[in-house]
Amino acid sequence: MSPGHGAAVSLYPLLAWYGFRRHATYWTAALAGAFTNTVFGVLRAYVLIALWQARPGLGGYDVAAAVTFTFLTQAFIGPMQLFGGGLDLPQRIRSGDVALDLVRPAPLQAWCLSEDLGRAAYLFAVRGLPPALVGALLFGLAAPRAPAAFLASVVLGVVVSFGWRYIVALATCWVMDDRGLATLSMVLTTFFSGLMLPLAIFPGWFGDLARALPWSAMAQVPADVYLGTAEPGGALAFQAGWAAVLIALGALMTGAARRKVVIQGG
Amino acid sequence: MIEADGVGRTFTVRRQVVHAVRDLSFRVAAGEFAACLGPNGAGKSTTIKMLTGILTPTSGRVTVAGLDPSRRRTALARRIGVVFGQRTTLWWDLPLRDSLELVRLLYKVDRKVFRERLDEMADLLDLGGFLRTPVRQLSLGQRMRGDITAALLHDPAVLVLDEPTIGLDVVSKAEVRDFLRRLNAERGTTVLLTTHDLGDVERLCRRVLLIDHGRLAFDGTVDDLRATAPGRASIEDVVADLYLRSRGTPRTPHPAPLPARDLPSETA
Amino acid sequence: MIRTYALLAWTWTRAAAQYRLSFTLVTLGAFVVGGLDIAVIWVIFANTDTLAGFALSEVMLLYGASQLAFALADLLFGNVDRISQHIRAGTLDVMLIRPASPFAQVAADRFSPHRIGRAAQAAVVLGVALARLEIPLGRVWMVPVMVASGAVIFTALFTLGGALQFLLTDAPEVANAFTYGGAMLNQYPLSVYDARIVRGLTFVLPLAFVNWQPGLYVLGRPDPLGLPSWTGLLSPAVALALAAVAALAWRAGIRRYRSTGS
Repeated sequence: MSPGHGAAVSLYPLLAWYGFRRHATYWTAALAGAFTNTVFGVLRAYVLIALWQARPGLGGYDVAAAVTFTFLTQAFIGPMQLFGGGLDLPQRIRSGDVALDLVRPAPLQAWCLSEDLGRAAYLFAVRGLPPALVGALLFGLAAPRAPAAFLASVVLGVVVSFGWRYIVALATCWVMDDRGLATLSMVLTTFFSGLMLPLAIFPGWFGDLARALPWSAMAQVPADVYLGTAEPGGALAFQAGWAAVLIALGALMTGAARRKVVIQGG
Repeated sequence: MIEADGVGRTFTVRRQVVHAVRDLSFRVAAGEFAACLGPNGAGKSTTIKMLTGILTPTSGRVTVAGLDPSRRRTALARRIGVVFGQRTTLWWDLPLRDSLELVRLLYKVDRKVFRERLDEMADLLDLGGFLRTPVRQLSLGQRMRGDITAALLHDPAVLVLDEPTIGLDVVSKAEVRDFLRRLNAERGTTVLLTTHDLGDVERLCRRVLLIDHGRLAFDGTVDDLRATAPGRASIEDVVADLYLRSRGTPRTPHPAPLPARDLPSETA
Repeated sequence: MIRTYALLAWTWTRAAAQYRLSFTLVTLGAFVVGGLDIAVIWVIFANTDTLAGFALSEVMLLYGASQLAFALADLLFGNVDRISQHIRAGTLDVMLIRPASPFAQVAADRFSPHRIGRAAQAAVVLGVALARLEIPLGRVWMVPVMVASGAVIFTALFTLGGALQFLLTDAPEVANAFTYGGAMLNQYPLSVYDARIVRGLTFVLPLAFVNWQPGLYVLGRPDPLGLPSWTGLLSPAVALALAAVAALAWRAGIRRYRSTGS
């Protein structure tokens, strides 16, 4: 093994650690976010309770599962960055700094993924646990059926989320209005991840479609693994599949971006 | 025109009381051109904020253009012009001309008067080339000229500038200085500026106020300032000496035994 | 103050209108994003006929009224929630040296006319609900009163949130929990919530007066808490009282800023 290769192996954990630390400096914002996520979780829980009282057992959940689902998905908002963003890439593309990132010997996508995993780990603790704890205190939450599989599912969910956000961020190279793109991404993610309502109750073909799209891997699937309403093996395979597709697509776009930015000079 | 009587200002930072300005007294007469010097963190900006009504003093009394800034903020705003070197008072995304038009409406300047003043200023400050450019695309020198124009549209009696020449190139600096000198000489506008650039002081001001550790460490003419260190050739060295001397002494009870004296008002 | 506001808002509108295509797209975007809430309501009613005792048309009325009120408040005064950015960037200092109300300046700064898209979406839902419900003329007059009072209540909330940011400059998101949270809360009949929460929303933070109490009056339905049916008619008075509280809080915030210089 060459020394260069050894350095590369330790680079990514270090980047993840930097990502973690960088977000740790914004702890007041993270706590404020946790507060907001918790308040909205309580509101959503009551709406779902009313729905499940009218239709017990809807979508294969009982009332307790529906409430747990609500607080889990609220807890995912931070780590899975369900409202979008979390990457510096769009700013760096607009300022032209991305040219520096693209000529570094480490691939840009792996670099960003490492930092993003560090970010997710921090936000999982600071923005994920408070809504879950408050939910448990106020309503009593169900315990995880398969904790190990759940954790794996959360990690895969973050990777899928990253894969999608990376594509959206990199699209800034070609699309003038990156704000419009970010809004579109937010609409798709919040609606099709299961954040607003469990995808299990989306009717007919629309529900089948919603459950097959990549966004469901970011909230619906990890929540189902937690609740035991999805078979862990199949669920993890579904997430891994979308992660592979999105990462591959992102890699292709990185190549195209390098040709555009480095060779054409922006 | 500007009066500070025993003005003090404390901040509570992490439960510790910090004296940003203490017992500051000075007067700037109508028509004077004064510079406020002092090392970073000496209390210059705090003083400016108290003079303009942004910050309320914790002790003492301030009067600017006959008004108490902290009580009559809006009325005062019509009588003074303020320029911040480090940030713009213009609207970032609007063309300079539109920004100035907004200022006109906010200050209720008559359209005809506005047009005359803008023509005059555009001529003096050479604004013609970039009146239609959005403010964010202006160079620092252009932006500063735009900011000065905005601060003077309502013909204030007092102009307060916080580091107006910071970051400007030699040519822009010379233009801004030349304009301020003419403003003071021809219109009689009272000017108070803060600066780190001693070129501003030498070329513009007769009067120097040196603030350090929140106190008035020196108040006099530029010549008086030179006289504090007769051996020194340049004014930069003189001021560096003053800064170092006051740094060498502890913050309490008194900073430095420097000649602080009040200038008699030149105009009554 | 109104003059200052109108001036600044008009300037920003003209600036936005220069980019016609972008403006149209963003306005349509606001319309679609608003439509997402109604998609959620549609999914819920694909699964049930009533939610906490209310049918689809009734929920649409409540949703339309509160969202229209919120969208109007957000359009006109929502930018007050950017006050912490102004504090951190020092632009509040710039506003304080002008002979105009800082509130009007903050509210009108970067005025975004495209938010009308969201109001349009809410108005469509409200219109459809009214067409389906056939409310008698003797009660339908309350609908515009309810929307106006609701807009004042949400404006007061934005202002209170802004005032709060003078204390929590580093965590402006906390204020969002009250403004956007309040808007989301009112999308559904309050009967979905625990009775203690509804009492709190009636007597402490009077969000029940945005669309719930007046909505019950319009729909001619009894209050689950047992309050008399004329309670809904109090909305304008409640809105003005809350606006007065918000104005005092805002003043206190500005005074605090000028005395702490944060």
